[in-house]
Amino acid sequence: MEYITELLLIAVGAAIINNFVLIYFVGICPFIGVSRRVDMAFGMGCAVTFVMAIAGTLSWIFTYYVLRPDAPLATAVYHLFGGEGPSDLSILNYLVYIFVIASSVQLVEMYVRKFFPSLYKSFGVFLPLITTNCAILFACLYILKMVVGADTPAQMWDLGQSLTLSVFAGLGFTLAIVIMAGIREELDLCDVPKPLRGAGITLLVAAILAMAFMAFAGVNKNLMNLLTPAPAAASTTDDAGKKSQTAETTNADTNETQITMQGAK
Amino acid sequence: MSDGPAPLERFWNGILPENPVYRQILGMCPTLAVTATMKSAMTMAAATGFVLICANIITAMIRNQLKAHLRILVFVLTIATFVTIADRVLAAYMYDMSKQLGPYIPLIIVNCLIICRCEVCASKQGVWTAICDAVGNSLGFALGLASMATVREILATGSWFDIHMFWLAGTPGEKFRWALMALPPGAFLTLGFLLGAGNWIGDAMAGKKKAQAA
Repeated sequence: MEYITELLLIAVGAAIINNFVLIYFVGICPFIGVSRRVDMAFGMGCAVTFVMAIAGTLSWIFTYYVLRPDAPLATAVYHLFGGEGPSDLSILNYLVYIFVIASSVQLVEMYVRKFFPSLYKSFGVFLPLITTNCAILFACLYILKMVVGADTPAQMWDLGQSLTLSVFAGLGFTLAIVIMAGIREELDLCDVPKPLRGAGITLLVAAILAMAFMAFAGVNKNLMNLLTPAPAAASTTDDAGKKSQTAETTNADTNETQITMQGAK
Repeated sequence: MSDGPAPLERFWNGILPENPVYRQILGMCPTLAVTATMKSAMTMAAATGFVLICANIITAMIRNQLKAHLRILVFVLTIATFVTIADRVLAAYMYDMSKQLGPYIPLIIVNCLIICRCEVCASKQGVWTAICDAVGNSLGFALGLASMATVREILATGSWFDIHMFWLAGTPGEKFRWALMALPPGAFLTLGFLLGAGNWIGDAMAGKKKAQAA
Protein backbone atom coordinates (compact mmCIF):
# COMPACT_ATOMS: atom_id res chain seq x y z
CA MET A 1 0.00 0.00 0.00
CA GLU A 2 2.76 2.35 1.00
CA TYR A 3 4.65 1.58 -2.17
CA ILE A 4 1.60 2.18 -4.38
CA THR A 5 1.07 5.56 -2.72
CA GLU A 6 4.66 6.45 -3.40
CA LEU A 7 4.30 5.47 -7.04
CA LEU A 8 1.13 7.54 -7.35
CA LEU A 9 2.88 10.56 -5.90
CA ILE A 10 5.77 10.16 -8.31
CA ALA A 11 3.33 9.81 -11.20
CA VAL A 12 1.31 12.91 -10.35
CA GLY A 13 4.48 14.84 -9.63
CA ALA A 14 6.09 13.98 -12.96
CA ALA A 15 3.01 14.40 -15.13
CA ILE A 16 1.31 17.46 -13.71
CA ILE A 17 2.97 19.26 -10.83
CA ASN A 18 6.47 19.38 -12.22
CA ASN A 19 5.54 19.11 -15.86
CA PHE A 20 8.80 18.59 -17.75
CA VAL A 21 8.02 21.10 -20.47
CA LEU A 22 6.38 23.89 -18.54
CA ILE A 23 8.27 23.80 -15.25
CA TYR A 24 11.70 22.32 -16.10
CA PHE A 25 11.88 23.68 -19.68
CA VAL A 26 13.09 20.45 -21.24
CA GLY A 27 11.81 19.32 -24.62
CA ILE A 28 11.07 22.88 -25.72
CA CYS A 29 12.30 22.25 -29.28
CA PRO A 30 9.54 19.75 -30.22
CA PHE A 31 7.13 21.73 -28.06
CA ILE A 32 7.57 24.70 -30.41
CA GLY A 33 8.43 22.83 -33.59
CA VAL A 34 5.87 20.01 -33.72
CA SER A 35 2.88 21.64 -32.02
CA ARG A 36 1.24 22.95 -35.17
CA ARG A 37 -1.42 20.22 -35.44
CA VAL A 38 -3.02 18.05 -32.80
CA ASP A 39 -2.54 14.68 -34.51
CA MET A 40 1.15 15.31 -35.13
CA ALA A 41 1.61 16.53 -31.58
CA PHE A 42 -0.08 13.42 -30.22
CA GLY A 43 2.13 11.16 -32.36
CA MET A 44 5.23 12.94 -31.12
CA GLY A 45 4.04 12.65 -27.53
CA CYS A 46 3.44 8.90 -27.88
CA ALA A 47 6.86 8.37 -29.44
CA VAL A 48 8.56 10.35 -26.69
CA THR A 49 6.66 8.47 -23.97
CA PHE A 50 7.66 5.14 -25.46
CA VAL A 51 11.32 6.01 -25.87
CA MET A 52 11.39 7.57 -22.42
CA ALA A 53 10.03 4.42 -20.82
CA ILE A 54 12.67 2.27 -22.49
CA ALA A 55 15.51 4.71 -21.88
CA GLY A 56 14.47 5.25 -18.27
CA THR A 57 14.41 1.53 -17.56
CA LEU A 58 17.75 0.90 -19.23
CA SER A 59 19.39 3.85 -17.54
CA TRP A 60 18.19 2.66 -14.15
CA ILE A 61 19.66 -0.78 -14.84
CA PHE A 62 22.99 0.69 -15.93
CA THR A 63 23.11 3.19 -13.09
CA TYR A 64 22.23 0.67 -10.41
CA TYR A 65 24.39 -2.24 -11.50
CA VAL A 66 27.31 -0.58 -13.27
CA LEU A 67 27.74 3.15 -12.95
CA ARG A 68 27.02 4.20 -9.39
CA PRO A 69 29.79 4.15 -6.79
CA ASP A 70 30.04 0.65 -5.32
CA ALA A 71 27.80 -0.84 -8.01
CA PRO A 72 27.68 -4.64 -7.71
CA LEU A 73 28.52 -5.63 -11.28
CA ALA A 74 31.29 -3.10 -11.84
CA THR A 75 32.85 -3.87 -8.45
CA ALA A 76 32.82 -7.59 -9.19
CA VAL A 77 34.59 -7.08 -12.50
CA TYR A 78 37.01 -4.66 -10.84
CA HIS A 79 37.89 -7.23 -8.18
CA LEU A 80 38.19 -9.95 -10.78
CA PHE A 81 41.05 -8.00 -12.31
CA GLY A 82 42.75 -7.52 -8.96
CA GLY A 83 41.36 -4.14 -7.94
CA GLU A 84 40.57 -3.28 -4.36
CA GLY A 85 37.76 -1.36 -2.75
CA PRO A 86 34.59 -0.11 -4.43
CA SER A 87 34.53 0.88 -8.08
CA ASP A 88 33.27 4.24 -9.33
CA LEU A 89 32.44 4.66 -12.98
CA SER A 90 30.35 7.81 -12.61
CA ILE A 91 32.62 9.67 -15.03
CA LEU A 92 31.02 7.60 -17.79
CA ASN A 93 27.46 8.58 -16.82
CA TYR A 94 26.66 10.96 -19.65
CA LEU A 95 28.29 8.87 -22.35
CA VAL A 96 26.34 5.79 -21.28
CA TYR A 97 23.02 7.66 -21.06
CA ILE A 98 23.34 9.23 -24.46
CA PHE A 99 24.32 5.88 -25.91
CA VAL A 100 21.33 4.21 -24.26
CA ILE A 101 18.98 6.89 -25.61
CA ALA A 102 20.40 6.73 -29.13
CA SER A 103 20.18 2.97 -29.25
CA SER A 104 16.67 2.83 -27.84
CA VAL A 105 15.54 5.34 -30.45
CA GLN A 106 17.14 3.14 -33.09
CA LEU A 107 15.40 0.09 -31.61
CA VAL A 108 12.01 1.78 -31.60
CA GLU A 109 12.54 2.98 -35.13
CA MET A 110 13.36 -0.52 -36.40
CA TYR A 111 10.47 -2.08 -34.51
CA VAL A 112 7.92 0.46 -35.71
CA ARG A 113 9.14 0.24 -39.30
CA LYS A 114 8.82 -3.54 -39.30
CA PHE A 115 5.47 -3.93 -37.54
CA PHE A 116 3.60 -0.65 -38.03
CA PRO A 117 4.61 0.74 -41.44
CA SER A 118 1.78 3.28 -41.54
CA LEU A 119 2.67 4.66 -38.12
CA TYR A 120 6.29 4.83 -39.21
CA LYS A 121 5.32 6.91 -42.21
CA SER A 122 3.33 9.34 -40.11
CA PHE A 123 6.18 9.75 -37.57
CA GLY A 124 8.57 10.57 -40.39
CA VAL A 125 11.56 12.57 -39.25
CA PHE A 126 10.43 12.92 -35.64
CA LEU A 127 11.70 9.53 -34.55
CA PRO A 128 15.43 10.16 -35.13
CA LEU A 129 14.99 13.65 -33.69
CA ILE A 130 13.95 12.17 -30.35
CA THR A 131 17.61 11.30 -29.75
CA THR A 132 18.29 14.98 -29.17
CA ASN A 133 15.17 15.58 -27.09
CA CYS A 134 16.33 17.02 -23.78
CA ALA A 135 13.33 15.60 -21.93
CA ILE A 136 14.58 12.02 -22.23
CA LEU A 137 18.09 12.80 -21.03
CA PHE A 138 16.54 14.83 -18.23
CA ALA A 139 14.51 11.79 -17.12
CA CYS A 140 17.70 9.71 -17.08
CA LEU A 141 19.50 12.36 -15.02
CA TYR A 142 16.56 12.53 -12.62
CA ILE A 143 16.77 8.79 -12.08
CA LEU A 144 20.53 9.12 -11.59
CA LYS A 145 19.95 11.75 -8.92
CA MET A 146 17.41 9.58 -7.13
CA VAL A 147 19.71 6.53 -7.17
CA VAL A 148 23.08 8.12 -6.40
CA GLY A 149 21.86 11.04 -4.33
CA ALA A 150 19.81 8.92 -1.90
CA ASP A 151 20.83 9.31 1.75
CA THR A 152 20.25 5.70 2.73
CA PRO A 153 20.14 2.56 0.57
CA ALA A 154 16.47 2.16 1.47
CA GLN A 155 15.61 5.50 -0.15
CA MET A 156 17.30 4.52 -3.37
CA TRP A 157 14.82 4.33 -6.22
CA ASP A 158 14.06 0.89 -7.61
CA LEU A 159 13.04 -0.12 -11.10
CA GLY A 160 9.31 0.40 -10.51
CA GLN A 161 9.76 3.99 -9.37
CA SER A 162 12.05 4.80 -12.28
CA LEU A 163 9.64 3.28 -14.77
CA THR A 164 6.72 5.20 -13.24
CA LEU A 165 8.65 8.45 -13.47
CA SER A 166 9.63 7.97 -17.08
CA VAL A 167 6.19 6.84 -18.29
CA PHE A 168 4.32 9.62 -16.54
CA ALA A 169 6.84 12.28 -17.46
CA GLY A 170 6.25 11.23 -21.06
CA LEU A 171 2.50 11.46 -20.55
CA GLY A 172 2.94 14.93 -19.06
CA PHE A 173 4.92 15.92 -22.12
CA THR A 174 2.12 14.57 -24.34
CA LEU A 175 -0.46 16.50 -22.33
CA ALA A 176 1.43 19.78 -22.64
CA ILE A 177 2.18 19.44 -26.34
CA VAL A 178 -1.41 18.40 -27.21
CA ILE A 179 -2.89 21.34 -25.28
CA MET A 180 -0.45 23.61 -27.06
CA ALA A 181 -1.33 22.19 -30.47
CA GLY A 182 -5.04 22.67 -29.76
CA ILE A 183 -4.48 26.31 -28.89
CA ARG A 184 -2.26 26.86 -31.93
CA GLU A 185 -4.89 25.44 -34.27
CA GLU A 186 -7.23 28.13 -33.00
CA LEU A 187 -4.48 30.75 -33.19
CA ASP A 188 -4.28 30.24 -36.94
CA LEU A 189 -7.56 32.11 -37.20
CA CYS A 190 -6.39 35.03 -35.08
CA ASP A 191 -4.76 38.26 -36.17
CA VAL A 192 -1.37 37.99 -34.48
CA PRO A 193 1.06 40.92 -34.84
CA LYS A 194 3.55 40.04 -37.56
CA PRO A 195 6.80 39.95 -35.50
CA LEU A 196 5.20 37.61 -32.95
CA ARG A 197 3.96 35.07 -35.47
CA GLY A 198 5.35 31.55 -35.09
CA ALA A 199 7.64 31.03 -32.11
CA GLY A 200 6.87 34.32 -30.38
CA ILE A 201 3.17 33.81 -29.83
CA THR A 202 3.79 30.14 -28.98
CA LEU A 203 6.08 31.20 -26.15
CA LEU A 204 3.57 33.75 -24.87
CA VAL A 205 0.85 31.10 -24.84
CA ALA A 206 3.27 28.76 -23.09
CA ALA A 207 3.76 31.42 -20.42
CA ILE A 208 0.03 31.42 -19.69
CA LEU A 209 0.00 27.61 -19.70
CA ALA A 210 2.94 27.56 -17.29
CA MET A 211 1.05 29.91 -14.99
CA ALA A 212 -1.90 27.54 -15.10
CA PHE A 213 0.30 24.57 -14.29
CA MET A 214 1.90 26.43 -11.38
CA ALA A 215 -1.47 26.29 -9.70
CA PHE A 216 -0.86 22.56 -9.17
CA ALA A 217 1.99 23.28 -6.77
CA GLY A 218 1.10 21.88 -3.39
CA VAL A 219 -1.22 19.21 -4.74
CA ASN A 220 1.48 16.67 -3.96
CA LYS A 221 1.47 17.32 -0.23
CA ASN A 222 -2.29 17.28 0.03
CA LEU A 223 -2.47 14.07 -1.93
CA MET A 224 0.03 12.52 0.45
CA ASN A 225 -2.04 13.58 3.44
CA LEU A 226 -5.10 12.13 1.80
CA LEU A 227 -3.54 8.80 0.89
CA THR A 228 -1.42 8.08 3.92
CA PRO A 229 -3.64 6.06 6.25
CA ALA A 230 -4.10 7.60 9.67
CA PRO A 231 -1.78 5.91 12.17
CA ALA A 232 -4.40 4.47 14.55
CA ALA A 233 -7.71 3.90 12.79
CA ALA A 234 -9.76 1.70 15.10
CA SER A 235 -13.37 1.52 13.93
CA THR A 236 -15.02 2.39 10.61
CA THR A 237 -16.93 5.38 11.98
CA ASP A 238 -13.75 6.71 13.45
CA ASP A 239 -12.11 6.19 10.09
CA ALA A 240 -14.83 8.10 8.25
CA GLY A 241 -14.59 10.95 10.73
CA LYS A 242 -10.86 11.08 10.28
CA LYS A 243 -11.23 11.07 6.52
CA SER A 244 -13.48 14.10 6.55
CA GLN A 245 -11.09 15.74 8.93
CA THR A 246 -8.15 15.13 6.60
CA ALA A 247 -10.25 16.48 3.73
CA GLU A 248 -10.84 19.62 5.73
CA THR A 249 -7.20 20.04 6.57
CA THR A 250 -6.23 19.49 2.94
CA ASN A 251 -8.69 22.18 1.91
CA ALA A 252 -7.15 24.53 4.42
CA ASP A 253 -3.71 23.60 3.09
CA THR A 254 -4.74 24.33 -0.47
CA ASN A 255 -6.05 27.74 0.51
CA GLU A 256 -2.85 28.44 2.34
CA THR A 257 -0.65 27.52 -0.63
CA GLN A 258 -2.81 29.61 -2.91
CA ILE A 259 -2.49 32.57 -0.63
CA THR A 260 1.27 32.19 -0.34
CA MET A 261 1.56 31.90 -4.09
CA GLN A 262 -0.47 35.00 -4.63
CA GLY A 263 1.70 36.74 -2.10
CA ALA A 264 4.77 35.64 -4.03
CA LYS A 265 3.32 37.07 -7.18
CA MET B 1 35.69 22.47 -50.03
CA SER B 2 35.33 26.17 -49.37
CA ASP B 3 31.67 26.61 -50.18
CA GLY B 4 29.50 28.91 -48.14
CA PRO B 5 30.54 32.13 -46.41
CA ALA B 6 34.15 32.94 -45.52
CA PRO B 7 35.36 32.18 -41.96
CA LEU B 8 35.20 35.78 -40.74
CA GLU B 9 31.77 36.24 -42.23
CA ARG B 10 30.63 33.12 -40.40
CA PHE B 11 32.00 34.56 -37.19
CA TRP B 12 29.96 37.75 -37.62
CA ASN B 13 26.89 35.85 -38.82
CA GLY B 14 26.88 33.80 -35.65
CA ILE B 15 26.78 36.87 -33.43
CA LEU B 16 23.97 38.94 -34.93
CA PRO B 17 22.47 38.14 -38.35
CA GLU B 18 22.00 34.46 -37.46
CA ASN B 19 21.91 34.75 -33.70
CA PRO B 20 21.36 31.22 -32.30
CA VAL B 21 18.67 32.28 -29.84
CA TYR B 22 16.72 34.91 -31.76
CA ARG B 23 17.15 33.99 -35.41
CA GLN B 24 17.80 30.23 -35.47
CA ILE B 25 15.67 29.49 -32.37
CA LEU B 26 18.09 26.82 -31.17
CA GLY B 27 19.10 25.83 -27.66
CA MET B 28 15.86 26.90 -26.07
CA CYS B 29 16.13 24.77 -22.93
CA PRO B 30 19.09 26.60 -21.32
CA THR B 31 17.83 29.92 -22.65
CA LEU B 32 14.68 29.50 -20.62
CA ALA B 33 15.98 27.53 -17.68
CA VAL B 34 19.14 29.22 -16.43
CA THR B 35 18.46 32.88 -17.18
CA ALA B 36 16.86 33.77 -13.85
CA THR B 37 20.13 35.39 -12.80
CA MET B 38 22.97 36.86 -14.82
CA LYS B 39 25.63 34.79 -13.04
CA SER B 40 24.14 31.42 -13.88
CA ALA B 41 23.42 32.53 -17.44
CA MET B 42 27.02 33.55 -18.02
CA THR B 43 28.37 30.32 -16.50
CA MET B 44 26.08 28.40 -18.78
CA ALA B 45 27.18 30.43 -21.81
CA ALA B 46 30.83 29.79 -20.99
CA ALA B 47 30.29 26.05 -20.58
CA THR B 48 28.29 25.82 -23.79
CA GLY B 49 30.89 27.86 -25.66
CA PHE B 50 33.71 25.61 -24.46
CA VAL B 51 31.84 22.48 -25.51
CA LEU B 52 30.80 23.98 -28.85
CA ILE B 53 34.32 25.07 -29.81
CA CYS B 54 35.97 21.79 -28.75
CA ALA B 55 33.29 19.65 -30.42
CA ASN B 56 33.50 21.66 -33.62
CA ILE B 57 37.31 21.27 -33.74
CA ILE B 58 37.15 17.50 -33.23
CA THR B 59 34.32 17.09 -35.72
CA ALA B 60 36.16 19.13 -38.34
CA MET B 61 39.26 17.00 -37.82
CA ILE B 62 37.47 13.68 -38.26
CA ARG B 63 35.02 14.87 -40.93
CA ASN B 64 36.47 12.63 -43.65
CA GLN B 65 36.12 9.46 -41.59
CA LEU B 66 32.45 10.01 -40.74
CA LYS B 67 29.87 7.52 -41.95
CA ALA B 68 26.64 9.21 -42.94
CA HIS B 69 24.22 7.10 -40.88
CA LEU B 70 26.35 7.17 -37.72
CA ARG B 71 27.35 10.81 -37.76
CA ILE B 72 24.74 12.09 -35.28
CA LEU B 73 25.82 9.44 -32.78
CA VAL B 74 29.46 10.41 -33.25
CA PHE B 75 28.63 14.10 -32.74
CA VAL B 76 26.66 13.37 -29.62
CA LEU B 77 29.35 11.15 -28.10
CA THR B 78 32.02 13.78 -28.84
CA ILE B 79 29.87 16.42 -27.21
CA ALA B 80 29.16 14.17 -24.22
CA THR B 81 32.88 13.76 -23.59
CA PHE B 82 33.47 17.50 -23.46
CA VAL B 83 30.38 18.04 -21.35
CA THR B 84 31.75 15.56 -18.82
CA ILE B 85 34.97 17.62 -18.69
CA ALA B 86 33.04 20.88 -18.27
CA ASP B 87 30.84 19.33 -15.59
CA ARG B 88 33.81 18.06 -13.57
CA VAL B 89 35.65 21.38 -13.83
CA LEU B 90 32.58 23.29 -12.69
CA ALA B 91 32.00 20.90 -9.80
CA ALA B 92 35.63 21.29 -8.73
CA TYR B 93 36.05 25.06 -8.98
CA MET B 94 32.54 26.53 -8.79
CA TYR B 95 30.69 24.10 -6.57
CA ASP B 96 27.76 26.37 -5.68
CA MET B 97 27.18 27.30 -9.29
CA SER B 98 27.29 23.67 -10.43
CA LYS B 99 24.77 22.79 -7.71
CA GLN B 100 22.53 25.62 -8.87
CA LEU B 101 22.69 24.71 -12.54
CA GLY B 102 22.17 21.06 -11.66
CA PRO B 103 20.97 18.91 -14.55
CA TYR B 104 21.21 21.71 -17.09
CA ILE B 105 24.98 21.27 -17.46
CA PRO B 106 24.65 17.65 -18.68
CA LEU B 107 21.75 18.79 -20.82
CA ILE B 108 24.28 20.71 -22.94
CA ILE B 109 24.79 17.33 -24.65
CA VAL B 110 21.42 17.59 -26.33
CA ASN B 111 21.59 21.34 -26.97
CA CYS B 112 20.39 21.52 -30.57
CA LEU B 113 22.73 24.44 -31.23
CA ILE B 114 25.88 22.37 -30.88
CA ILE B 115 24.59 19.44 -32.92
CA CYS B 116 23.34 21.86 -35.57
CA ARG B 117 26.72 23.60 -35.86
CA CYS B 118 28.52 20.23 -36.07
CA GLU B 119 26.15 19.06 -38.76
CA VAL B 120 25.91 22.26 -40.81
CA CYS B 121 29.43 23.60 -40.55
CA ALA B 122 32.08 21.47 -38.87
CA SER B 123 31.36 18.22 -40.71
CA LYS B 124 31.82 19.96 -44.06
CA GLN B 125 34.50 22.62 -43.47
CA GLY B 126 38.09 22.83 -42.34
CA VAL B 127 39.26 23.35 -38.77
CA TRP B 128 39.84 27.13 -39.05
CA THR B 129 36.38 27.76 -40.50
CA ALA B 130 34.84 25.55 -37.84
CA ILE B 131 36.60 27.45 -35.05
CA CYS B 132 35.40 30.82 -36.42
CA ASP B 133 31.88 29.51 -36.73
CA ALA B 134 31.91 28.05 -33.22
CA VAL B 135 33.33 31.19 -31.58
CA GLY B 136 30.82 33.39 -33.39
CA ASN B 137 27.92 31.18 -32.42
CA SER B 138 28.97 30.90 -28.80
CA LEU B 139 29.26 34.68 -28.58
CA GLY B 140 25.82 34.97 -30.16
CA PHE B 141 24.45 32.43 -27.69
CA ALA B 142 26.04 34.33 -24.80
CA LEU B 143 24.45 37.52 -26.11
CA GLY B 144 21.05 35.85 -26.24
CA LEU B 145 21.37 34.48 -22.71
CA ALA B 146 22.67 37.82 -21.42
CA SER B 147 19.73 39.76 -22.86
CA MET B 148 17.25 37.30 -21.34
CA ALA B 149 18.98 37.31 -17.96
CA THR B 150 19.26 41.09 -17.90
CA VAL B 151 15.55 41.55 -18.36
CA ARG B 152 14.60 38.79 -15.97
CA GLU B 153 17.01 39.55 -13.16
CA ILE B 154 16.34 43.27 -13.15
CA LEU B 155 12.58 42.79 -13.20
CA ALA B 156 12.58 39.98 -10.66
CA THR B 157 15.02 41.22 -8.04
CA GLY B 158 16.04 44.73 -9.05
CA SER B 159 19.69 43.77 -9.31
CA TRP B 160 22.07 42.85 -12.12
CA PHE B 161 24.99 40.45 -11.57
CA ASP B 162 23.94 40.64 -7.91
CA ILE B 163 24.66 44.39 -8.02
CA HIS B 164 21.73 46.30 -6.68
CA MET B 165 20.38 48.63 -9.36
CA PHE B 166 17.66 50.57 -7.61
CA TRP B 167 19.39 51.77 -4.50
CA LEU B 168 16.91 54.59 -4.05
CA ALA B 169 13.99 52.18 -3.84
CA GLY B 170 15.21 50.34 -0.74
CA THR B 171 17.15 47.14 -0.10
CA PRO B 172 17.15 44.39 -2.74
CA GLY B 173 14.08 42.25 -2.91
CA GLU B 174 12.12 44.56 -0.68
CA LYS B 175 10.29 47.11 -2.78
CA PHE B 176 11.27 46.21 -6.29
CA ARG B 177 10.15 42.69 -6.82
CA TRP B 178 8.27 40.91 -9.56
CA ALA B 179 8.70 37.29 -8.51
CA LEU B 180 6.89 35.89 -11.50
CA MET B 181 9.83 36.88 -13.67
CA ALA B 182 12.13 34.49 -11.80
CA LEU B 183 9.58 31.66 -12.16
CA PRO B 184 8.91 29.56 -15.29
CA PRO B 185 6.13 31.75 -16.80
CA GLY B 186 8.43 34.77 -16.65
CA ALA B 187 10.98 32.95 -18.77
CA PHE B 188 8.42 32.14 -21.46
CA LEU B 189 7.04 35.70 -21.39
CA THR B 190 10.44 37.36 -21.64
CA LEU B 191 11.61 35.15 -24.47
CA GLY B 192 8.35 35.59 -26.36
CA PHE B 193 8.51 39.38 -26.20
CA LEU B 194 12.25 39.52 -26.92
CA LEU B 195 11.76 37.24 -29.95
CA GLY B 196 9.01 39.53 -31.17
CA ALA B 197 11.21 42.59 -30.65
CA GLY B 198 14.11 40.90 -32.45
CA ASN B 199 11.91 40.04 -35.42
CA TRP B 200 10.51 43.56 -35.48
CA ILE B 201 13.97 45.16 -35.56
CA GLY B 202 15.15 42.62 -38.14
CA ASP B 203 12.17 43.35 -40.39
CA ALA B 204 12.63 47.09 -40.03
CA MET B 205 16.31 46.82 -40.97
CA ALA B 206 15.53 44.61 -43.96
CA GLY B 207 12.91 47.13 -45.09
CA LYS B 208 15.44 49.97 -44.82
CA LYS B 209 18.00 48.02 -46.84
CA LYS B 210 15.42 47.35 -49.54
CA ALA B 211 14.46 51.02 -49.63
CA GLN B 212 18.11 52.00 -50.00
CA ALA B 213 18.66 49.50 -52.79
CA ALA B 214 15.60 50.69 -54.70
